[in-house]
Amino acid sequence: MSALVIAGRTFRSRLIVGTGKYPSPVIMRAAHEASGTDMVTVAVRRVDISRKTESLLDYIDTAKIFLLPNTAACYTAADAIRTARLGREAGMSNWVKLEVIGDEQTLFPDNEGLLEATRVLVKEGFVVLPYTNDDPVMCRKLADAGAAAVMPLGAPIGSGLGIQNPNNIRIIREQATVPVIVDAGVGTASDAAVAMELGADGVLMNTAIAGAQDPVAMARAMKLAVEAGRLAYLAGRIPKKSYATASSPLQGVIGT
Amino acid sequence: MTIRLNGDPRKISGPLSVSALLQQLEIDARRVAVELNTAVVKKAAYDSSVIKDGDEVEIVNFVGGG
Repeated sequence: MSALVIAGRTFRSRLIVGTGKYPSPVIMRAAHEASGTDMVTVAVRRVDISRKTESLLDYIDTAKIFLLPNTAACYTAADAIRTARLGREAGMSNWVKLEVIGDEQTLFPDNEGLLEATRVLVKEGFVVLPYTNDDPVMCRKLADAGAAAVMPLGAPIGSGLGIQNPNNIRIIREQATVPVIVDAGVGTASDAAVAMELGADGVLMNTAIAGAQDPVAMARAMKLAVEAGRLAYLAGRIPKKSYATASSPLQGVIGT
Repeated sequence: MTIRLNGDPRKISGPLSVSALLQQLEIDARRVAVELNTAVVKKAAYDSSVIKDGDEVEIVNFVGGG
């Protein structure tokens, strides 16, 4: 199975995993290991000056796992750009998972802000992976603006609803000139498999693993689901039909 | 002098460099990023960038996220 390549960088795994909301950093590390991922997302936040806290980076083997800083909780292009610049300096890579959020309740993206921030950051040399809605036209505009991949949501962040608009994801994949990563909305392994069967080049998830009763077991389930979905996509599924087609020969049936 | 550090007013003796501030706060410079008056300070410029009275400083690091 071929590797995932984004902006010339090769990833063995097509599963990108978050680092938030795990029961403990030790469980997070074990879940990352079980998922087989080689890219994880991280958030950029103020250092707690008043007390010493453990560093997240103590639990991520950055020799094996690539860090993808996000701009989560940014509601304007300006804030997202500022956060991306800080993430670049903290992480020493020019990659960013770009989020410009338009609504607190749904965490749906603000398309205008997202496109504006993409243009600015691409110009500054960033490898921009925008979190976008599942709109093929928006995905095309982002790719035209220089995004290295597009990351349409499967469902609202943390909702676990699964892929709400499979047909749009399929169209996005068919039309896109850059890798398509389904980002957000996955609830369980079958959702990840569906995303991959639709042709997605990868899946990004956090809550589905971190929030599972056994995050490490779910991480392994997701690894297998992403691989199974990818294989099924490459294998080429049979067409859907309304009526039965017998699998056993109709000749030689006894009593006829 | 008083600066605004991560949104809160803080009295420190200065002016001082970004390096000196991080040292005073016991923060590992390798794992953070610093903004001085909304402009990112490159790590190579920590020694030469001077924080003055009234400046706004942001010190960020990576935390768990999706």
